[in-house]
Parts: sequence; structure tokens; C-alpha cells
Amino acid sequence: MNISRRAWALVGLLALLAAVPPLAAALDQPFYVDLLRRVMIFAIAATSLNLILGYGGMVSFGHAAYLGIGAYAVGVLSHHGIDNGWLQWALAIGASALVALAIGAVSVRTSGIYFIMITLAFTQMLYYLGISIEEYGGDDGMRLATRSQFSGLIDLADASSFYYLVLAILALFLYLTHRLVNSRFGLALQAARSNEARTRAIGLSPYPYRLAAFVISGAMCGLAGALLVNHTAYLTPEFMNWTRSGELMFMVILGGIATAAGPLLGAAALLLLEDVLQGWSMLPKEAVRDHWQLYLGIILVLVVIFARRGLAGLLPGGGKND
Amino acid sequence: MNFVLIAEQTLNGLQLGVTLFLLAAGLTLVFGIMNMVNLAHGALYMVGAYLASFFFQQTGSYLLAVLLALAGTLLVGIVTELVALRTLYERDHLDQVLATFGLILFFNELVAILWGRAAIFSTIPEYLTGHVQLAAGLRYPLYRLVIIGVGVAVAFVLWYVVARTRLGMLIRAGASNRAMVAALGINIRLLYTVVFGFGAALAGLAGLLAGPIYSVQPGMGELILIQVFVVIVIGGIGSIRGALAGALIVGMVDTMGRAFLKPALSTLISPSAADTAGPAIASMLIYLLMAVVLTFRPAGLFPAAR
Repeated sequence: MNISRRAWALVGLLALLAAVPPLAAALDQPFYVDLLRRVMIFAIAATSLNLILGYGGMVSFGHAAYLGIGAYAVGVLSHHGIDNGWLQWALAIGASALVALAIGAVSVRTSGIYFIMITLAFTQMLYYLGISIEEYGGDDGMRLATRSQFSGLIDLADASSFYYLVLAILALFLYLTHRLVNSRFGLALQAARSNEARTRAIGLSPYPYRLAAFVISGAMCGLAGALLVNHTAYLTPEFMNWTRSGELMFMVILGGIATAAGPLLGAAALLLLEDVLQGWSMLPKEAVRDHWQLYLGIILVLVVIFARRGLAGLLPGGGKND
Repeated sequence: MNFVLIAEQTLNGLQLGVTLFLLAAGLTLVFGIMNMVNLAHGALYMVGAYLASFFFQQTGSYLLAVLLALAGTLLVGIVTELVALRTLYERDHLDQVLATFGLILFFNELVAILWGRAAIFSTIPEYLTGHVQLAAGLRYPLYRLVIIGVGVAVAFVLWYVVARTRLGMLIRAGASNRAMVAALGINIRLLYTVVFGFGAALAGLAGLLAGPIYSVQPGMGELILIQVFVVIVIGGIGSIRGALAGALIVGMVDTMGRAFLKPALSTLISPSAADTAGPAIASMLIYLLMAVVLTFRPAGLFPAAR
């Protein structure tokens, strides 16, 4: 009973999101379509992180790497005149999976603090690689010449078509993650998180499960990167900045770790909070708009210390781990 | 490549190495004893750099500024520990990472409010400027030699404190079995605060030394912190000896890579290709080194005895 109530709550959230473009058009506030599209793209990335962080117990502090690789796959192809979206997105997913395999092969063997630092360090390595390649904009980044083209099937330049595409991908990924987590594979992954010794004792070696989850998660996040670069129409190494990895982790924790709705709620909460803090009119404007990260930092510390179950605990049927 | 260039770059590598060591020593101690991931360690490095240049401007005396900056960083470290970090020791690493990530945002913005977002100019006193003639054709900046000297001295003091004093004995005991140390009647909370403050002061020292060489600006701590992570992962988390070895290796490899990789590559591939590939590979070198070390020694070169 619990599960189905939570599923309905999530479907309700997605339905609310589907109602945003007509509502924004009616209120003449197209800005919100843009903002929520950004929220959903980050929700996809956070969902992918939740797979390994929440269900796999692997604290990856380098998930922005795949966001960046997805974005660079689209940007680099487009720079060389290849604007076929199918090809670009396939490369985004493939390249992310490949890099995740390489990083995972080294880092999944370790655990705890080593894992955190290694994933962070590899992401930083890719960040510096992005900065040092002048051909693709180097430090400054570069404009995306054209958005990904899908031979007339869907036009990403149209704000609401792009919005619904992102929503559809988000819904698909939430469903796939749900299926994956409750499959035999997902159960083995969660077993390894809860108790590695017992998992080994019943004859399962955690390493291949963890590595596979790491790769799947990287590939999903790569697609989010392809979406993100189409959203901003600008390619920059900042997508791979380590603070981005921290934000993704915060989204998962804030929303509720190892819950289906958590990453979506966390992404919405963090990005809307940023937006509110930047435009807050109660305090002298300049003081806030310039230094909103000060407040964000304090809120983050307080959330970690005091609010331990995340926002998903507030949803109907929430509060328990899957 | 001649002797002078190599000697000069070796000294540069050594200077980067000891700077990294000052940071890595504190971080690895905090991890070894409290089992705590402190991302905000880089923020203390930044605080040290800012305080030193602020006090130097105000007082005009460099030595006084150094002392005030060290005391200031110690204080900031202890307050941070008491207010925010103390509750996190018992939590898992995930919570620690997030809370200290929040602290970084907080400190970076606080510094931006106080001193602005642009890099500030950090000076050194007259008597530390100039060059020293080390060998024929080899003139090396005095200030960088001072950094190397201070770093080596601190490494020695640290070894003495940890290996030969009562405090050091408690630190080593705390690292190997916290519960037992507490059961023997040692005030473990106080020990934690002392160690954290100690690490903070070392980070502040690194920051105030490095300030005049690198740029002093918000976010400067994180740039170096990630290199420090590489250092302690290579050296073995929780081990001071490992931190020293890792810091020197990383400092050397990074400096040599940046100096010599491009010319070395251009003898193999076309100069224009080397122009692109050289800096790109040089900036990735220490991470690749880390991957190689972890492949053969997953717990680092000098794993802390546990």
C-alpha cells in the first residue's frame, strides 16, 4: 500500500510539471518554463547519482564529470558541423559510460573516504582537461552553434517541445531506476550497501554489481549533460566544476536519499532556493544577490545537521527507505 | 635542457611539495583521529592568506602579521570545530562532506564580502625579496627558499611532537583506538579540538606562505585542496609520513610535468600538437599518478597502521 501511494505522489508531481508550460503561457511568465526545465535536467542527473549514492552506497563526489562529458560530446560534434541529435546523444551516453567504466574500474575497488577523494580527483582532472583544450573554448567555453537536430521530429529551439522532451526523459529514467532497483541486480546492489560481508557470504561479489551501477549511472548522467548543453546553448568546463558535483549530492540528500522522488524534489528545492535567494527583496538587494552562496552554505550545514530524512519524507507514504 | 633549469625546477617542485605537506599534515591528522572528511580545510588556508596580508597592511610588521594570522586561523578553526564540525564526528562521511561543502560556500562568500571578489595583492617585506646565488648561473628567489626552509622545519617539529611528546602519544593512540583512549580517562573532545586547531594553524601557515606566490582570492583554497587530496590518497590516509612522501612526489611530478612535458613531447610529435597536448597532459599528470598508485597499492604508499 505504501509503495503505491508513493508512486501516485510521484505521478502527481510529474503531472504538475506537465501543467507548467500552458500555465506559464497563461500567466505570461515564460521564465518558469526555462527554470523548471533546468530543474528537471538536474533532477535527471541527481536521479542517476541516487542510483549509486542512495542504492549503491557509493559516495561519488565526481558526478559532474559525466554532465561535462555529455555536454562536450554534443558541443564537440556540433563544433565540427555534425548537428545530428541522435549521433550526438548516442556519443554523450557512450562516452560517459566509457569514462565511467575507466574511473569506476579504479575507484570502485576502494571505499569510504578513498572513494570520495578519488572520484573528486578524477573529475578535477577532466575539468582541467576541458580548460586546457583551446580548440573547444578552453577556460571561457564556447557557444553551441546549433542545438541538436532531430530531422524535424522535435525542435529543441521551441521552449515547450524541449520542456516536454525533458519531462518525458525524466519520467522514463525514474521508471527505469525503479525497475532496476527492484530487480535482482538492484537487490544485490542494495545488499552490498547494507552489509558487504553477508553479501559475500551468500556468494555475491559486490564489485561487478557496483561497477555496473557506476557505469549505468554515468551513462544516464551523460544524457543529462547533453540536455544541459542544449538548455544553456553554451559549452563550458564549469559543468564539470567540483562544486557542481557537490550540488548534485546535496540535491539527493536534501530530497531524500534512496527514494524515487527525492532527486526531483531536491533539485527543485535547491535551484528554486538559489533563484529565490538571488532575487530576494526583503534584504538590501545587492547584499543578497551578490552573496547568496553565504546563505546557501549556512542552510546546507543546518540541513545536514538537523534534517536527516530529506523532503521525500514529507510526501504521502514517505519517510521509509525503499 | 641544462643543469640550471633542472635545478631551478627541482627547487620549485620542492617548494610546492612543502606547501602541500603543510596542508596534507593537518588534513590527514584530522582524518586519522576523528575519522572526519574536512573539505573546509582549504578554507582555512584561504583565511590564513587573507589574514596575513590584512595584518601586514595594518601593522607594517611582517613577523607580527604572521603571528596574528596564525593565531587568527587557529581561532577560526577552533570556532568552526566547536560550532559546526563537532556534531559531525559520529555521522557518516556523506554528511561530513556535505556540511563541510556548505562551510566552503560560507567562507568563500564571507571573504568576498570582507575583501572583495577580485584577487588581492599580497606582499612580502623588503628583507625577503631578492635572489640568492646558489651556483654559477643559478639565482633563486630568497622567499621561495624561506618557504622550503619553513616547510622542512615544520616537518621536523611535527615529527618530534608526534613521535616524542605526550600530546603526540595521545594523537597516535587516538588514531589507533579512540574508545580505548577515552576509557583511559583522556578528554577526547579536548584532544579533538586541539588537533583540529593545530591542523587549522598549519593550513593557515601554508596559506600565508603561499599567498605572495599564488593569487589570494576567494576559492583559492579549493584549487589546492584537491591536490592535497591526491597527496594523501597517494601517501595513505592518516599517515604523516605518507603525507610528506606524497606531497614531495606530487609537488615534483606536477612542477616537472608543467616545465618539461611540452619540450619533451615536441621532440616526439609535431610542435603544434605538443603545444596542445603538453599542458593538457601536464595538468592531468598527478591524477594519472594517483590512479597508477591505487592500482598497485589501494591503501596508498604508507598506509597508517590501524
